Amino acid sequence: MAASPLVHGPHVAADMLLSDVHVLDPRAGIDARHDVRVHSGEVAELAPPGTLDREEGEEAVDGRGRRLLPAFFDPHVHLRTPGQEHKEDLETGTRAAAAGGFGAVIAMPNTAPVIDSAPLLRSLRDAAAREARVPVGFLPAITRGLEGKELSEMAELREHGALGFTDDGRPVVDAGVLRKALRYQRLCGGVLALHEEDPSLSHGGTMHEGPVSAALGIGGIPSVSESTMVARDATLAGYEQGRVHFQHLSCIDSVEAVAAAKARGVRVSAEVTPHHLLLTEEDVRTLDTRMKMNPPLATAEDRAALVEGLRSGTIDCVASDHAPHARDEKEVPFEQAPMGTTGLETAFAVLYTELVLPGVLTLELLVERMTAGAALYELPTPRIAVGEPANLTLIDLDAEWTPGEHGWESRSENCCFAGRLLRGRVLLTVAAGAVAYRERAFSVVAA
Amino acid sequence: MNHLLSIEDLDREAIERIVGQAERFAEVSDREIKKVPALRGRMVLNLFYEASTRTRSSFELAAKRLSADVVNFAASGSSVEKGESLKDTVLTLSAHKPDAIVIRTPWAGSAELVSRWCSAAIVNAGDGKHEHPTQALLDVYTLRRRLGALDGASIWIVGDVAHSRVARSNILAFQKMGARVTVAGPPTLIPRGIEALGCEVRYTLRELPSADVVYALRMQRERMTEAWVPSLREYVAWYQINGRRLSPRQVLMHPGPVNRGVELSGEVVDSPQAVITAQVEAGVVVRMAVLYELLSGSPVPTPAPEPQLA
Repeated sequence: MAASPLVHGPHVAADMLLSDVHVLDPRAGIDARHDVRVHSGEVAELAPPGTLDREEGEEAVDGRGRRLLPAFFDPHVHLRTPGQEHKEDLETGTRAAAAGGFGAVIAMPNTAPVIDSAPLLRSLRDAAAREARVPVGFLPAITRGLEGKELSEMAELREHGALGFTDDGRPVVDAGVLRKALRYQRLCGGVLALHEEDPSLSHGGTMHEGPVSAALGIGGIPSVSESTMVARDATLAGYEQGRVHFQHLSCIDSVEAVAAAKARGVRVSAEVTPHHLLLTEEDVRTLDTRMKMNPPLATAEDRAALVEGLRSGTIDCVASDHAPHARDEKEVPFEQAPMGTTGLETAFAVLYTELVLPGVLTLELLVERMTAGAALYELPTPRIAVGEPANLTLIDLDAEWTPGEHGWESRSENCCFAGRLLRGRVLLTVAAGAVAYRERAFSVVAA
Repeated sequence: MNHLLSIEDLDREAIERIVGQAERFAEVSDREIKKVPALRGRMVLNLFYEASTRTRSSFELAAKRLSADVVNFAASGSSVEKGESLKDTVLTLSAHKPDAIVIRTPWAGSAELVSRWCSAAIVNAGDGKHEHPTQALLDVYTLRRRLGALDGASIWIVGDVAHSRVARSNILAFQKMGARVTVAGPPTLIPRGIEALGCEVRYTLRELPSADVVYALRMQRERMTEAWVPSLREYVAWYQINGRRLSPRQVLMHPGPVNRGVELSGEVVDSPQAVITAQVEAGVVVRMAVLYELLSGSPVPTPAPEPQLA
């Protein structure tokens, strides 16, 4: 593979001393207070608290009472560039990522035009090299124009930095086409990330099929629309010895299909979004268009199975599926509204507040699952260790805040968690060695 | 009451109040001059995004009998066809300061949305496949006149429940009035999870004789092309309400317009058991009662001062 898979805008390597901060990196086995020196964008020293002195030119960060975590990795975001910059662009989207503590993201190709050729990928990467606050990787389309018919030039795309491929937003309906992509993967590598949905079952639906859709008179999407495709494609991947990643799982049957495929030794992985982990069809009852997403919010039983799947490791990682839409696009009757919620700025805080604080998941496990996406795409996992590039997020776990109260970093505001009282505020994000985000009220002690 | 958005929002007392008011207005319809000055100087705007002759003219007649001014705004041939959003259309029409907006759209929840965008009283005249509350109120009114009370009555709603806003509003309204509701129809046209509304579900008409009231739904021809049922012939064979299936003590209802020979046979439409024209008649007085309920409480507009001559 020729090109480096992640690109970011111009930035200045950080020099800082974080003093007396509680460092938590489950993979590195660290869970204690330290002084942490970052020099030229690398973690230079980890020492007992109070033992390191600030050097000339270093920014001093008071870490007392705060956690320092490896920066999160989001394998599924929509940055809407090119063509839909009224919803989001590379700068606003990566700013939202940094504000949520993410040190890198992977962007989906369902833009206008669709990213399905090397020249398009190259120009998008050039734009990211000018505008992105945090490193961005790209998944071009599996099929030309996301039409599910002909493969894109996967090998050439890989040479130009494609991390893998996806038709996200749409399924690869034709099993024969997906089989060809799986065979072609032997030549070019690259994970095939799959949005699973059988349109013959989901057709006409705009929310989960069940008592709520029946009461509202809204066409339902049955969860078997997803799970039958997960089962089909896991079987195909096993047959072709391919590598697939299932995007945004939403129901219990899908979790079971992934677990069964993993038990057979098929190379599959899976992600889940914060909204599927925390919300259900009941949240759609008011027809708030921020609750309209694909796959739709399902039942309480599905939600519980997703949480358990994430805990057990059947589901490998958290992905936001950050899907910005302009206000006027969402301010329409539910059935007319586009699918999607933003999520980058709230992902950690909602999961910390709703799953870690009540004791459902440990903070260690949440940090692990919010950074695990990198390895799935054969990228280095962010780690807090001497000699590693600084990919850090500093969080005040006790700080309370309400998403949306001071606006958003994203260009769009269609967040399903807006207005909830949350705990856990990102104060500082260092991505690929540079400061990518600093909370407005968080002051620099000295520089 | 500020708006009429769904039957779900109403309790039995509210339904009885509206129906009772409608009974008082029924007397107006029998007068030589069918008009009262209750809403003089008020403006009612009919905003219809779907073709509708009956419901729209029923609302228009109701408003006029209350002496309100009526403006009809149909989506076809208007700015809507030029791509204006629902919100922009509503904001634009609100500039005319209507006291009430009667709205029908093909989208669930749109009446509720509109109620957040303007200060007029909103009447839901059908939002997608969700609800059609004035239809349910006029059906309750019609049945009360025929049966006295609905308490303990068994009401069967037969046909395409999945695509019917009438079914959803009526399941709720009949139950609130004390009736037991059963929905019956082809399994492909009974939505999964409908039992959550409290009704029973049947896929055949075998137990239809136990019903006191049979409420047939309109079977739209496009459901055939979408292959929800194998054929019209098979639908008729299994679900048509006809002289063989309807017993003389049962009351027959239908929201109109009827497809004779499909959901109902011709002879039952014309039978004395059918209250279909009574339903249409009830439409006007019940809609008068709804408009009166929503608008009579608000402060009476003061007449514009006479222009002073210099």
